[in-house]
Formats: sequence, structure tokens, C-alpha cells
Amino acid sequence: MNHPITLTVNGVVREATVPARRLLSDCLRHDLGLTGTHVGCEHGVCGACTVLLDGEPVRSCLMFAATADGHEITTVEGLAAADGTLSPAQRAFAECHGLQCGFCTPGFLCTVTAFLRENAAPTDEEVVEAISGNLCRCTGYQNIIKAVHRAAELQAETRADKEEGAR
Amino acid sequence: MTDTMSEVGRARRRKEDARLVTGRTQWTDNIQLPGMLHVAFLRSPMAHARITRVDVSAARGRPGVVAVFGGADFAAEQGSLPCAWPVTEDVVIPDHPPMAVSEVRYVGEAVACVVATDRYKAADALDAIEIDYEPLEPVLDMTEALAEGSPTVHESGNKAFTWKFAQGDIGEAFRDAPVVIDRTFVQQRLIPSAMEPRAVVAQTDGDRFTLHSATQIPHILRVMLALTTGIPEHRLRVIAPDVGGGFGSKLQVTAEEVLCLLITRRLGRPVKWTESRSEGNLTVHHGRDQLQRISVAAERDGRIRGVKVDLLADMGAYLMLVTPGVPLLGAFMYNGIYKMDAYDFTCTGVFTTKMPTDAYRGAGRPEATYAIERAMDELAVEVGLDPMEVRRRNWIKHSEFPYTTIAGLTYDSGNYEAATDRALALFGYDKLRAEQADRRDRRDPVQLGIGISTYTEMCGLAPSRVLGSLSYGAGGWEHAEVRMLPTGTVEVVTGTSPHGQGHVTAWSQIVADALGVPFEDVSVIHGDTASSHKGMDTYGSRSLAVGGIALVQACEKVREKARQVAAHLMEASADDVEFSDGRFRVRGTTTERTIQEIALATFAAHDLPEGFEPRLDAQATFDPDNFSFPHGTHLCAVEVDTETGATTIRSYVAVDDVGKVVNPLIVEGQVHGGIAQGIAQALFEEAVYDAEGNLLTTTMADYLLPSAADLPDFVTDRTETPATTNPLGVKGAGEAGTIAATPAVVNAIVDALRPYGVRDVRMPCTPERVWRTLQNRALQNRALQNRALQNRALRNEEGASA
Repeated sequence: MNHPITLTVNGVVREATVPARRLLSDCLRHDLGLTGTHVGCEHGVCGACTVLLDGEPVRSCLMFAATADGHEITTVEGLAAADGTLSPAQRAFAECHGLQCGFCTPGFLCTVTAFLRENAAPTDEEVVEAISGNLCRCTGYQNIIKAVHRAAELQAETRADKEEGAR
Repeated sequence: MTDTMSEVGRARRRKEDARLVTGRTQWTDNIQLPGMLHVAFLRSPMAHARITRVDVSAARGRPGVVAVFGGADFAAEQGSLPCAWPVTEDVVIPDHPPMAVSEVRYVGEAVACVVATDRYKAADALDAIEIDYEPLEPVLDMTEALAEGSPTVHESGNKAFTWKFAQGDIGEAFRDAPVVIDRTFVQQRLIPSAMEPRAVVAQTDGDRFTLHSATQIPHILRVMLALTTGIPEHRLRVIAPDVGGGFGSKLQVTAEEVLCLLITRRLGRPVKWTESRSEGNLTVHHGRDQLQRISVAAERDGRIRGVKVDLLADMGAYLMLVTPGVPLLGAFMYNGIYKMDAYDFTCTGVFTTKMPTDAYRGAGRPEATYAIERAMDELAVEVGLDPMEVRRRNWIKHSEFPYTTIAGLTYDSGNYEAATDRALALFGYDKLRAEQADRRDRRDPVQLGIGISTYTEMCGLAPSRVLGSLSYGAGGWEHAEVRMLPTGTVEVVTGTSPHGQGHVTAWSQIVADALGVPFEDVSVIHGDTASSHKGMDTYGSRSLAVGGIALVQACEKVREKARQVAAHLMEASADDVEFSDGRFRVRGTTTERTIQEIALATFAAHDLPEGFEPRLDAQATFDPDNFSFPHGTHLCAVEVDTETGATTIRSYVAVDDVGKVVNPLIVEGQVHGGIAQGIAQALFEEAVYDAEGNLLTTTMADYLLPSAADLPDFVTDRTETPATTNPLGVKGAGEAGTIAATPAVVNAIVDALRPYGVRDVRMPCTPERVWRTLQNRALQNRALQNRALQNRALRNEEGASA
């Protein structure tokens, strides 16, 4: 049986009709054409498919699309500002060479985005803990850890700029 | 142009990243074509069996199913998956049908497939296919496989080939040798585990075929697929779009690529197949899996006389693209960076009923480096020297380069002293040794171990004549084309096929320097045989050291053409026209033209030298004279908890010499990633088969890839000894970390446990394995003590009775 669902993805209301077993990752990629979300293992280990569901990181390969009905989803395509300005995490990953092949990157970016929202100035241990559910085969993680710290810095600068602007 | 202005050497941020961090990517699995069908493969649940019946009829009626095929349906046209490296005269290359027809030889081998309107429905219908098997004996252990009376994988037996290489008098080296080290090391089977699963999209318009594949080798694949399927090469286009890592695993001609082409030819509709991770763990070729016996004959002062290696290499069930060649890439490396008078190498390739092995990051060279570097530590203990000192006494001195090794390779350049001194300083070697002594004295349950790995590798595969002499089926050149466009920007077409290495950025830097154009004004086309017609692709740390040089040569040709035009326009002799920083200037004057002006003038072609063809583009194909030989010193300190067996890497220092560096950011990234994979082999990863030949590590939960929490912070640095065999002075950088790291870690663990009598720990050195090794040693020690006590008691009794 197919189910009509409505998701708000990256601020856009999207409708789809999906079988109950359709994975959220497949729905995003193949029904909605948002191929920035990648599927690395389909069993919830690698974290490449991580998206934000109502702001919280979830593995879209472990969730049915129908379960996400009515929820807000942010994918890697929705992390940059509307004018295309990269988010702090996106900028930091590029600056610190925190990616090579880039396949795991969208999952890391979503995880890190949510993490820095909760913890704006993390320690090394906190960073490692936060990203330990995402696997990368290229970088050895050192530059990713560096990138998370850099993203925290950029986030703080952006906030300071905004406050400055508001005054 | 001053050196500080040079693009080469700058830590340029990558051009690739803007797309990758925003999700604007083009993976094969992204592709959706009108009318596209999805393929799912049914795979053998048996390690070895005869197929006695295949009935696909029930699957045909399942929802969404368009076609179902068994092996017999393709038997007449599927050919045999190619092995391009028949290493010896006696090599047995068994028929390797992409879909099994009459016999299966490993769990995971494709036996049937469903083509349906969506991926889920295709997978559903697999359940309705009926296949009967008559079980045959699995063959799982290499040593047993070679024993008389063993069940056989193929009718010809279990031996694939024996390859021998000898230099010097090995008998003399071992005769009355004061010290002989004889060890057997196990290179466990590994799963390369690129993050992007394999995916294939095949389409045809009835005449021409296009195959998208997550491959490292679009060019080689095209040739091989044409030969395998009979689709003429000129009507077959292969595209490697964005490819998410390879590490050798996508250096292959796979069954699924062939079968998707055959299915699209049969049905006339586009088809897609994307593997699941479990499917990938079963059927992406595996790496390593060798049993290494290494013997070192040495003098009392630690100087090596000779090295003898006897290798068993698990081929798995079939020989794939370069399966038998992988151990031979190590054959010339077991002597490492050391001088000796004799070397003897024998490798026997063995068939087993497991997934075939093939290239995995380093391919042959990590195995060789592991064996010699482990043996060097054992030698140091035997002769009572510090392990670094025993290396110093044996390695090729900086003043001795170029040096032709006992294995016949000429190492063009290197400075082991410099890299080692730098590494020792960064590591704080002496202080750590002092701490180790202290912990040993205190009998601290957490012991400290220090591991050394001084390595070199041969990379930049490879001089074509060398490949020819080793019976490899192709050359090792690389191709590049450089086109100056009318507006002065530059388009590069490269035969390399990046999948994470940052070629677009590095190639832009090289061109920017060579033509004096801005970095931003260079774009790079790759990975599509329609636009990049010629190439040898990316593996073996070859792209920069071979493809980068082809690019330099193509740029030189463009520059010389531009010089002709510039001279003509400035009414000067070409000999009087100098080029620097993108400008042609008549020597001794201020008359000049920019290269962009020349590009436009060439495009307009209004006023060109007599007979000058109006084009400012050029191609070059570079075939290297020699390999490149990066080297370095890696030092690892571990803490091993002797009560739990847990190993923690406390510090890791890597000083690598990859020659001249084009982009330090990218090189550092390659080193980091390489070290991570090397550490992973030492501590975490192993593909495990059970006694029936079932793979047990089919998920990422079972096959342990390290996460950020599992790896230390690496300290990396470089020394720079330029290669003398290419104009950029570059060496390969992609595999060095993986090659160096594994022995550094295991040497450290063994070093920590030496006071307990431990001489080796089998990889991966999991806490359980370390703990068991310690328990076994303890039991043995106790047995020895008991025997000594009994002997003493006996002697006392005898004394008393006398």
C-alpha cells in the first residue's frame, strides 16, 4: 500500500506517495531528487545518510519515509544560506581539507551542524565523541576534527557579526 | 617568476570541495534515466557447489519484474572476466564467468538476476528463484590447499602459479650465518571498504553503449569490456562520474559491469545496479591475505647478509584483473631500504573458495614492508641493538644514491638519515625509551612499546618496459591534453581518474605555473572516455608522478607554439622571445604579449606565422623511465594494558619524503588517510570466513573500520628529496602511509610485550588476541619454570643418592 506523505525539506513543502517500506534515504534521493544525501551502508553504521529531522541528526537509511510524514528535514543541500553562502561547517570542511572523496561529507556536515548548535565551543574529546558515529575512509579524521573546531570559530564569528548588525 | 609566486608548493584549497560540501555531486547512483530498470543479483550461499538446477520462472510473474536471468542465459555471450597479468608461463587462469553457470566457488558469486521497475521489487523477486546446489568441499586454508589430497577449487588444482626471483648467492649468505631470523607473518584478508558502494548504469541506443560506473579505471575498463562482451570499443563509452574512494577496490572489471551491459543489450533499456554494503563486503575484491615466511641472515653486528622470502598468496576463487600481480609488486621490496648481498623470493599463488583478492592500497608493498620491518626489529633483539641502530647499519646512505638494490631496482634519490633524524626529534625517542625502561622496572601492567618503520616503496606505476618484462597486459604511460581557449582560459584533459585525490586542484596548480595563467583559469576534464580518449587511470600512486608529467610536457608544447605566434606578432626571432609569468617578451626590450593575447590571436588566425596551424593545444603521453621511491620514517608509541590486552596508540609521528610537493594540503591528507588504513590493518580489520566458507564480516558492524575515536592524533612532517627521474621532482604519495603504518604499530605492540616473552602478535592485534598471546606465553613460561624446577629437583635427588 502506498502512503501519501508531506515533508518540509530544506524549507520547501514536498509531497510524495511512498510504499510503507520506502526508506527515507531512498525517498530523498530518488523520489525527491535530493541526491546530496548519500547511502554508504544501509545498516546504520557509517552515518553517510545522516540528515536533520526537526533539527536532530538521524540516519535516513534507518527510517521509513512514512515515519517522517509531517516533519521538517534538512539535508546537505539545505545547509547553505538562501543566497548560497556556505554554512560554517561547510566552509570549515573545505578550509581544513576535511574531505577527500566527499562521499561521507554530507553526513558529517549534518552531524556537526546539529552538534555545534548544542555545543558552540567543544573540546577535542567532545568533537571526537560527536563524530564517532560517522565513518570516513579517506581522511583519517584529523582534518575533520580540525574542521569542527574551525566551524565552531566561524559560527561564533557569524553570530558576533549578526549581533553587531542588529545593534 | 620567483619561487614564492609559484603555484606548485602552495596549500591551495581544493576546487572540488564547493560541490562536495553542498551536495551537488554526480555519483553513479544519482543517475535516473527514462525507462530505467533496476537489477538485483541472487548470490551463491555456498562456498563451493555444483549448480544442478536453476528455475527462474516463478520470479518472472512477480510485481514489477521485467526479466529474470540465470547463468545459462548469458553463457554464450558473457565471456570470462579478464586477468590482465599472467605472471608466469605456468599461471593457471581459470574461466571466470560473470554469472556462474555450472559451479560456484565462493559465497556471493552471482547466480541469477532480476530486472525490475524498482530496486525493492527486483530484490523481492530474488526469493522466487529456485536454485539447487550439490555441495562440494570448500577450500579455505592455503597450506592445506597445497597438500596432497586436498579438495580442489578448479580441476587444474589449487596452485595458480609459482614465481621465483633470486639475486646473489643466498646459500652463501645463510651458510654459517652468525644470526638467522626466521619468522612467519600472516597478512590477514582485508575489505577495502570505499565509502561509496559500487554502482553501475548501462544504457544503449541500439548501436552505441554507455556505461557509468563507480570505477577508478574508465579507460582500462572500456578496453576490457570491449574484449569481454564483444561490443566494439568505438561504440562503447565508459564514464566514471564522481567516485567515492577506491583504494584499489575499484581497479577492477567486475561481473556486475559486464552483466549490466549484457542486460541492457538484451532488453534495450537502461539498467542500474547499486550494491548494498553487505553485497559489497562479499563481492568487492578483497586485499592482502598472504602467509609470509621471511628469513634474514646477518652478522653479529647486525649487518644483513641476505633475505629469503617464501610467500603463499591467497588468490581466492579466480584471478581477477591484477590478482596474481599484487604479491609480485612486493617482490622487489622485501629488501626494503637495506643493502645486502643476496635475495631470494618465491611466491606461490593459491586458489581457495573465497572472494578473489586484488589490489588494495599499497598492493604488495605493505606486505613486503611489514615483513622486513618486523624482521628488522627481531634482528635488533637478537643482536642486542636498538632497532633504529640496526636499521642505520643496513640502510642505503644518502651519499650512495642512485643505488641499485639487490632486487634490481634503482632508487634514484632518498635521504633516510634526514627523515629519521626529523622523526626521532619530533617523537622524543630517547625520553620514551626512558619511560619504557621505567615501566618495565616497575612491572607496570600498562606497558609502553615503541615501533619503528623505515620504509620505501616503488610507485608511480609504471615504466611500460618494466611492466612488459613482468608480463603485465598493458603499459604504464599517462596522457594529457592542454587546450588554451580563445579567451585565455585553459582546459585540461587528463587520463588520470581521480576519486578523492584532488587532481582538479593539483593539475590546475601545475598548469598555472607552466603557462603563467591564474589558478582559477584552469579547468580539468577527466573520467569520460568520450572526452578523455586516452588514459591509464588512477592507482599505484601514479597520477602525479606519471600523469602530472604528461601534463607538464603538454604545457611545454603549448608554450612553444605560443612562443612562435608571439615572436611573429612582435616581429622577433623565436629564439629572442623569453617567457615568464604568462608573458612573452623580446629579450632586452619592453615589447611583450600575454599568453592570453596569443590565445586570442591564434583563435582569430588573422596573422600567424607561415604554415602555423591555428591551434594552441597539445597532447603528451609520458612513459616514465623508472618508478618513484618515496620513503620515510614512522614512529609509533603504544600503551598495552597487559591485563585486558587493549592497545592505545599514544603518539604517532610520520616523516615522509614524497619529493617535491605540489599541494602540501593534499599530500598531508593522503598521508593521514594512509596511516589510518595502515593502523586499521594492525589493530582492527579482518575479513573472517567460517569453516564452511561463509563470510562472517558482511556488515560495517562486523568489519571494524576505525572511527575518529579509534585513531590517534598524527604528527606529520616531510623532508624533501626530489625525484631525479621526472622534471617536477615528484614521487607518489597515496600509499606511503598505509605501507609504513602497519609495521610501526605491530612493532610497537611486540616491543611493549617483549618482557613477557612475546615475539609476535597476529594482526589484527585486537585486545582478545593480545590477551590470548600473553596468556599463552605465561603458560609456556610457567611450563618452562616447572621443568627447570623439576630438573633441579631431579639433579638434587641424583646428587643425594650419589
